Amino acid sequence: MDGVADVGRTARLRVCIIAATLLSFSALASAQVENPVADTAAVYPAATIAEPPPAPITNLKVKDLPNDHGHAFRLTWTISADDTGGRNNVRQYAVLRTPAWKGPFTEPQGAGPGWRNEQGHWWHLVEGEWDTVGTIPSSTAEYVNRGGKARESSDYFPDYVGFSFKVLTVGARGSISESAIFGPVESSGQWFHAGKTWVVLAVLVYGGLMLTMVRLARGGKELFIRPLAGINAVDEAIGRATEMGRPILYVLGLGSPDEIATIASFTILSRVAKKVAEYQTELIVPCYDSIVMTIAQETVKQAYIDAGRGDDYHEDMVYFVTQNQFAYVAAINGTMLRRQTATNFYLGVFYAESLILAETGSLAGSIQISGTDRITQLPFFVVACDYTLIGEELYAASAYLGREPILLGTLKAQDYTKAVLMVLMGLGVLAGILNIAWLTDLFVLNI
Amino acid sequence: MKRQFPLIIIFSLGLFMVVQYFVPHEKSEFFYEFIALDWPPIIGAFALMLGVISLTRVSITKIKRKKEAWGYSIVTLIGLFTMSAVGVVGYHYPPLTRAFNWNFNNIMIPISATMFSLLAFFIASAAYRAFRARSVLATILLVAAIIVMMRFFPLGPLTSVVGRASDWILNVPNLAAKRAILIGVGLGIVSTAMKVILGIERSYLGKD
Repeated sequence: MDGVADVGRTARLRVCIIAATLLSFSALASAQVENPVADTAAVYPAATIAEPPPAPITNLKVKDLPNDHGHAFRLTWTISADDTGGRNNVRQYAVLRTPAWKGPFTEPQGAGPGWRNEQGHWWHLVEGEWDTVGTIPSSTAEYVNRGGKARESSDYFPDYVGFSFKVLTVGARGSISESAIFGPVESSGQWFHAGKTWVVLAVLVYGGLMLTMVRLARGGKELFIRPLAGINAVDEAIGRATEMGRPILYVLGLGSPDEIATIASFTILSRVAKKVAEYQTELIVPCYDSIVMTIAQETVKQAYIDAGRGDDYHEDMVYFVTQNQFAYVAAINGTMLRRQTATNFYLGVFYAESLILAETGSLAGSIQISGTDRITQLPFFVVACDYTLIGEELYAASAYLGREPILLGTLKAQDYTKAVLMVLMGLGVLAGILNIAWLTDLFVLNI
Repeated sequence: MKRQFPLIIIFSLGLFMVVQYFVPHEKSEFFYEFIALDWPPIIGAFALMLGVISLTRVSITKIKRKKEAWGYSIVTLIGLFTMSAVGVVGYHYPPLTRAFNWNFNNIMIPISATMFSLLAFFIASAAYRAFRARSVLATILLVAAIIVMMRFFPLGPLTSVVGRASDWILNVPNLAAKRAILIGVGLGIVSTAMKVILGIERSYLGKD
């Protein structure tokens, strides 16, 4: 019986040992799950983890992030010897930051030498309070610590205040090792974005070329520009409307006045309105945006005055409809079908309404001239309109209509710039094929 | 001075915006936010009033003179002022918010959806016109369109071949043409902006 009792005790003991082992493992696992990322160094209790800590990172460097508004640092380091090598047991890295000074406070919170006043705000010396500002997966050797610039934001940190950094290497089972401390370093904003140097040069060259061509044109040099069918048809379309005794519809699109396509449309509207005034035809300009309406009213009014027909202008010619896309389309479609407009201009920014407008105009039998810089809408206009100004042609239309040498000079500059770009693109292709890295990297922008 | 003053404003603000693009500093950002982000909503709020006045005046003129389809103007005015009133009063008297939402969900949204749904039929009619093989270019367009459309059909063993052909059409000739247009648009934008900033293009001010 004793033997049977011994066997029973041994079996119970074994069950207890297995259960205890399982519980220990589950406790260990849950401890790892609950604390996968630590907030501070104190959360990594190395003593409770039965694992030798991985080798720390080395060569930690912290610099102010260049070409930004400040409030950011870039950290670089050499990864741990146990990351992708050695014991290969690095789970992640944690970046810790401590301010030399903390603040700003409106007044000192206590006495002592740990307070200083900077630009009307009080700062407190708190070196030694480390905050985890980021965790990065293993095999990573770079981190950007970006803070908010607004004082009320939770991640705010000030420029021109020293910060020190260190990086913790976290092992697979939670053990940690610390790097050497780097700092203090200060962040600051820059007054020139060095990554945009090529853009500055391109703008200067383009601007210089434009001014040169304008000067040549002013000097009387004859400049040839390729004729555009859509522009040549403007006079014909206005003449047709006059002969038919029907109005002309001019749609500026859904753009706001800060969009270049809308500005280009204003310049064309001015030319069209002047011709319409000369021919004494009716012009209808329904607007989607009330600011666009205000500018369009002034543009048309001045065009009528310039044409010597100021009395023919009335404010109802240019009116606001709505800022709802499809309500706007419905209103214009109704106008087209009721008034049987002879000519429709769609010039500016257009979205899904482009085809609905153009197809309705087509059904109404109007001559239609369209132009937009929205690539997705161009096919619809090409299909449904008689003439379409594609992309840049919209911007060039005003110069074409005015035939003024100064404006034609700017078009010529644009053409020459395109030729230069084509040469550069050819060079880029060749450099890519021949694997000339310095040439392909030459024009890389770091924006 | 009436002409010069707007030009001075355009030149100085235009130049500032150009310079601002190259200056990442916080102070530059502050002025950008002040000029480009804070002012437009303020101007827009006042301009909206002008818009409402314009729409009201045009509608009343139509009704008074009994112009063609003047009945629609009555509907426009009723819609404009009813929704505005219900919206403004509803802000202070919440039960009316339900009326506003009901109008919006049961009138505005279905009407907009109806207009949008017309697009499907217009696409069909436009595609019919565009894809008539009347010339070599139109035939190429037709063939390309058929291949791109066919990628969505289950074609058995041909599926991967058609898919690759469709990808090639979209990623090579189509993308090349799109990029060419984009480069032109970019240059046109810079050119137009420079013309406006330097006062070379001033026809929008009503002066050639």
